[in-house]
Amino acid sequence: MKFGGDEGRVHSRTIYVGHKSCPPNEAYIPPKFCDNRIVSSKYTVWNFLPKNLFEQFRRIANFYFLIIFLVQVIVDTPTSPVTSGLPLFFVITVTAVKQGYEDWLRHKADREVNEYRVSVLEDGRRIRKMSAKIKVGDIVEVEEDETFPCDLILLQSSRDDGTCFVTTASLDGESNHKTHYTVADLESDLQYLSATIECEQPQPDLYKFVGRMHIYRNSQEPDVRSLGPENLLLKGANLKNTQKICGVAVYTGMETKMALNYQGKSQKRSAVEKSINAFLLVYLFILVSKALVCTTLKYVWQSKHDETWYNEKTQKEKETNQYLKMFTDFLSFMVLFNFIIPVSMYVTVEMQKFLGSFFITWDKDFFDPEIQEGALVNTSDLNEELGQVEYIFTDKTGTLTQNNMEFIECCIDGFQYKHGDGSSELDGFCVTDGPVNKIQQKAGREREELFLRALCLCHTVQVKESTKQRQDQNDQFDQIDQVDGLGLDHGFLDPPQKEMGFIASSPDEIALVKGAMRYGFTFLGLESKNMKILNRNKDVETYELLHVLNFDPVRRRMSVMVRSKTGDILLFCKGADSSIFPQVRQEEVERIRMHVERNATEGYRTLCVAYKHLSAQEYARADADLREARLALQDREEKLMAVYNRVETDMILIGATAVEDQLQDEAAQTMEALQGAGMKVWVLTGDKMETAKSTCYACGLFKKNTELLELTLRTLEDGGRSREERLHDLLLEYHKKAVQDAPPVKLGITRSWSVAGHDYGFIIDGASLSMVLSSSSEPNSRRYKNLFLQICQNCTSVLCCRMAPLQKAQIVKLVKNSKGNPITLSIGDGANDVSMILEAHVGIGIKGKEGRQAVKNSDYAIPKLKHLKKLLLAHGHLYYVRIAHLVQYFFYKNLCFILPQFLYQFFCGYSQQPLYDAAYLTMYNICFTSMPILAYSLLEQHICIEVLLEHSTLYRDIAKNAMLRWKLFLYWTALGIFHGLVFFFGVRFLFSNPALQDNGQVFGNWSYGTIVFTVLVFTVTLKLALDTRHWTWINHFVIWGSLAFYVFFSFFWGGIIWPFLKHQRLYFVFANMLSSVSAWLVIILLILLSLLPEILLVVLRKPRGPHARQKKSSAGDPQSPQSPARPLLTRTFSDESNTVI
Amino acid sequence: MMASSYKDEDGHITVSGSGAAAGGGGGSLRSKKPENTAFKQQRLPAWQPILTAGTVLPAFFIIGLMFIPIGIGLYVTSNNIKEFEVDYTGVEMSSPCFTCSQNFSWNSTKPCTCSVPFHLDQPYESNVFMYYGLSNFYQNHRRYVKSRDDSQLNGNEESLRKPSKECEPYAKSNNKPIAPCGAIANSMFNDSLELIYIDPNGTKVQIPLTATGIAWWTDKHVKFRNPGAENTNLTVVFQGTTRPVNWRRPVFQLDSDPDNNGFINEDFIVWMRTAALPTFRKLYRIIQRRSNVHPTLPRGNYTLEVVYNYPVRSFEGRKRMILSTISWMGGKNPFLGIAYVSVGSVCFLLGVLLLIIHHKYGNRNNAAEISH
Repeated sequence: MKFGGDEGRVHSRTIYVGHKSCPPNEAYIPPKFCDNRIVSSKYTVWNFLPKNLFEQFRRIANFYFLIIFLVQVIVDTPTSPVTSGLPLFFVITVTAVKQGYEDWLRHKADREVNEYRVSVLEDGRRIRKMSAKIKVGDIVEVEEDETFPCDLILLQSSRDDGTCFVTTASLDGESNHKTHYTVADLESDLQYLSATIECEQPQPDLYKFVGRMHIYRNSQEPDVRSLGPENLLLKGANLKNTQKICGVAVYTGMETKMALNYQGKSQKRSAVEKSINAFLLVYLFILVSKALVCTTLKYVWQSKHDETWYNEKTQKEKETNQYLKMFTDFLSFMVLFNFIIPVSMYVTVEMQKFLGSFFITWDKDFFDPEIQEGALVNTSDLNEELGQVEYIFTDKTGTLTQNNMEFIECCIDGFQYKHGDGSSELDGFCVTDGPVNKIQQKAGREREELFLRALCLCHTVQVKESTKQRQDQNDQFDQIDQVDGLGLDHGFLDPPQKEMGFIASSPDEIALVKGAMRYGFTFLGLESKNMKILNRNKDVETYELLHVLNFDPVRRRMSVMVRSKTGDILLFCKGADSSIFPQVRQEEVERIRMHVERNATEGYRTLCVAYKHLSAQEYARADADLREARLALQDREEKLMAVYNRVETDMILIGATAVEDQLQDEAAQTMEALQGAGMKVWVLTGDKMETAKSTCYACGLFKKNTELLELTLRTLEDGGRSREERLHDLLLEYHKKAVQDAPPVKLGITRSWSVAGHDYGFIIDGASLSMVLSSSSEPNSRRYKNLFLQICQNCTSVLCCRMAPLQKAQIVKLVKNSKGNPITLSIGDGANDVSMILEAHVGIGIKGKEGRQAVKNSDYAIPKLKHLKKLLLAHGHLYYVRIAHLVQYFFYKNLCFILPQFLYQFFCGYSQQPLYDAAYLTMYNICFTSMPILAYSLLEQHICIEVLLEHSTLYRDIAKNAMLRWKLFLYWTALGIFHGLVFFFGVRFLFSNPALQDNGQVFGNWSYGTIVFTVLVFTVTLKLALDTRHWTWINHFVIWGSLAFYVFFSFFWGGIIWPFLKHQRLYFVFANMLSSVSAWLVIILLILLSLLPEILLVVLRKPRGPHARQKKSSAGDPQSPQSPARPLLTRTFSDESNTVI
Repeated sequence: MMASSYKDEDGHITVSGSGAAAGGGGGSLRSKKPENTAFKQQRLPAWQPILTAGTVLPAFFIIGLMFIPIGIGLYVTSNNIKEFEVDYTGVEMSSPCFTCSQNFSWNSTKPCTCSVPFHLDQPYESNVFMYYGLSNFYQNHRRYVKSRDDSQLNGNEESLRKPSKECEPYAKSNNKPIAPCGAIANSMFNDSLELIYIDPNGTKVQIPLTATGIAWWTDKHVKFRNPGAENTNLTVVFQGTTRPVNWRRPVFQLDSDPDNNGFINEDFIVWMRTAALPTFRKLYRIIQRRSNVHPTLPRGNYTLEVVYNYPVRSFEGRKRMILSTISWMGGKNPFLGIAYVSVGSVCFLLGVLLLIIHHKYGNRNNAAEISH
């Protein structure tokens, strides 16, 4: 929102480092920037009340109740304003207190941040200042473990190589150390630095920054340095492993990237909530029509019954205008009947969701001992949506697989090198086994070493010093220790190096470095631009790091340029096969391609390694181009990309590596259960088709008899016709196969795929998808989309590979908006999954290794994929059943609450006389009937958890919002009407002779209402008791407690002449009622009569035999915990993939 | 060193101590294992009732078997209650009260009286309760129901002088506060009814009527209080107030008995308990049984002597006098008996039906299992 306004302003800002005019002779005009105060709070003491109230009443429901309340205050209405004012006040107050408390916490946090003391260098002196006082251009000094107070450009570091380490846990949750670099070649004494920084206006992307620094020295032409994200230290990040740094503030306060990223996620609404709104409309309609009927009848009645002598109108009434009176009468009726839409339902639903979500966090089955964390609930609004999922979109890496990389083998010059014990599996053309250093002249020793050096050099891995280790053990090391452990076991390392650890943003880089280590080449670290390698002869080789051509998902490769001791300039490049092959000399390709593809089908992640010698001129040109591109303020990315592409050509392929990404625990079982539950699983991955396909086989998403329909570049390029035509043909062909020839889809819940003998799997890649989605002509594109969707929906599983993050979201959106608006769920662990997590109805983050962005943006986060099963099948199912019942019950209980009130109007001259006392009207929803349903909606397990997990098909019973369909809603409404009629007319007939006591005394209208109300409270509560299938002591306590409380309250309320009440209507009414045998008899009769149909239905309903019976047997043994040392699925998975392919 | 220590744990044991040390970097990590309590794991021991035909069937039979006798008992009881009703509205020309009802005027100083003869076919043995009944009288109209001041009726002096706004338009007359104020009080039923037995030999015997014990005890003793605590001189207490416009006497002249005068007059209290429906009856008098030998009301001819003060013709109402005996279930009302018998029979029939279905269904089920 802040950003839109920035368009009109200048595209860059200029910062004077240390507020010194630059060049020195020019006049210094201090530019205006905002101060460094962080305001995350929404309210101040003064505006809290109005602002908070305004925001609360923007909710349609609150506003409705406010209107009702105001009507009660203004118009002479039958019920006192208290009846609706009190609940509303309660709701508003609770919400306000909660929000106020949250805001107070934010204020406190803000104050802590703003008043934090920081050191600022001014004229060579260190001054302690409050963080809030930092201005743009100040030079700030930060010490180890401190948090950066604003966005800084790193000028000076205490480390001699001009780097510093930071963790950005509080920004994006990634706990690994990241390296940032000082601006090159600065004066060592910052006091004499005179420079300006030109950089872009603040923007929220944490990973983007472009800027330029002009350094003025002795009135020469200013030196220009490029600034990138690697120079920028973000507010909120922590300095690690570095004693202190100095930096100049570039963005402060609300303009820091952290503040710009501080924004709520868009609200997701659940299907249940939509149902509630629909039902509300129905009830609103009922309400309005009731009021209209009554108003009309009132005037019809009044025309016959003139004003009687015993009941004259007041002067005021006589004077009011007839039409105004009609209108106020209408409003009065609305008020009288408004309890049909209760405030308390919103409160109860909110409470149910909020409290219910604790069960997810508390579930010890979601606890993962490895990361010491359980599930995380980011929003409680979607609990029930977990029970409605129809499509699951899952990421592959880190979700289906562990993202726990292990170096498996490599291939140098077409010869395979496999490490360790798996050698026996090797077949055919592969001759080598064992480590390289043992034997074999397969590839020349030269090539081997070149390859290994490439592995050692071409990466962005940091070496972690042993001295610092202990502090950080916990977080960073879990990702490396296993590989590390392997290295140790095989004893390749010298003792002092045992304590060496690596830090990298991607685990496969570490796996590769470890792999090289295993073959004798150890990366020792980077020291002031020199990379050191310990080679097989235990000699240290040093390479000067010239440039790093960073990895990006478009190029899918990265390179480094190094200068060896001998002065040769080498470029090493590693990347995906598809991105490397076109860039290398073709003669090598075929031999290696075979290996790569074979590895890929086994589910390994493959990378190809290439190199190239650069002549001095070539380097000079590349160097110049790179520097120029890095300095560009605009389109820097594109320019850099172009240079990268230019440099990375004509390389020589050396070899390929295979890294194994193990399947997650129980991935196959989980997928099977989910599919059994009627969910369709789509795998969306950026990975290669072959790798992804084999993962799919391993997970059981594709089975042996699954017929694969492929729509990839490969199939599109077959046949020699244009891609567009081919796409058209293929789509039609597949459509015929999967949709038209498939047996007719059974309408309703179950889909044909489970029944049909033929399973189809669909594979599409990113390029083809973009062709489908954005075909050249508009009608075609829509048609393709439709065909595509229909094919996909008829396939058991769909695999989308080579997807860009945005394409993932596109697919989710496509399915989400398709016919029937199916509920979608996305699950992923990495930053590339964020878009699809945000897009889907429910977003699940895996607390994986690729940082915490997915977790941060998700609605629920779980440590492992296998937890998804319980989350959906057990928690989702239960939550859905609970809330659906809650909603239906609430509407029902208010309908039969208000219906007698409505019917009473026919007997009291449509005069808006309430049937129940005000206390009963108010307390009905708050006290008498609220707790049992809340307890029910938190604790009910109509089928116990073990059974739900065992029989995944049970999930289908509630698919498509089954419990909130109109049919059921009608049933509940009919039940409510039936009950209302029974209550009212039962008592009406009793009152045909109001002499109900054995002393001949008579009962009046308040006794009438009290009897109806007593029947009502008991019936409604017992109805819930009948529906309860899971009686814990809490249910017992709350159900019987509510009834007891009602009786107690009635005695109490009627037992005293309340001095603050105008009317003592209920004085001893309840006690007198209980002294009448007839009243007792009628109460019992009516309760029984009301519940009779319900009991009958329960009996006649198809018994849930099998589940009920199995419950007992399985309840005894809780699922045996899966041992973490479970054999990984890889074996079966490669077996299977072999047989299939 | 670090790596190996981690390996030992085999992924099971919590990382001892190091969790705290990690604080700096990963402060947001909560390494707390969820508690393994039955509640948090949703494993609270629970009773899981399953309603099946088997469990419900006996209930149906039991309900049926219980309700039918209760119903029959109720029905018999209700039938044994003797009730007699006389309509004395005087709408028809033939009616003895016709003149009174025709010539009614609020200002007439002379009370109009009429006598309505009637005949009791059966003797009334036990206590007899005499009710007056009104029809088409909307005592439950909202404006009417709220038109009272309960604190005034409770003896509050302040409310006596300043009646509540709710009493409008019956709060003040001639600038004096009305006591008791409000529409309910104002429209108090003020016909007086006397019952005269005509001996077979022609002598008229007035039946003694008890005017106490007709209102709820709590109303008479707590809810309704005369103002001025112990001051028995009600005339003084009510000085400065005026009677309701439609009343002929002020409130302190309702009865000669000081314990039944003013706000605690039982006729007044009974009237103040607003009826639930537009056709209602209110207890007027009790005829106590005198001796075990003579019936309270022997069979024979009676006249009802009415002082006709209460106009109902203007709203097409009717006035009745009802004589009724009372049982443990109250007055005569066949509804409960019939309802109990019907619900009981329905339950019983359903039970039988279910039994048949259950039997058949069960059999089929078994057969199916065998055939498999």
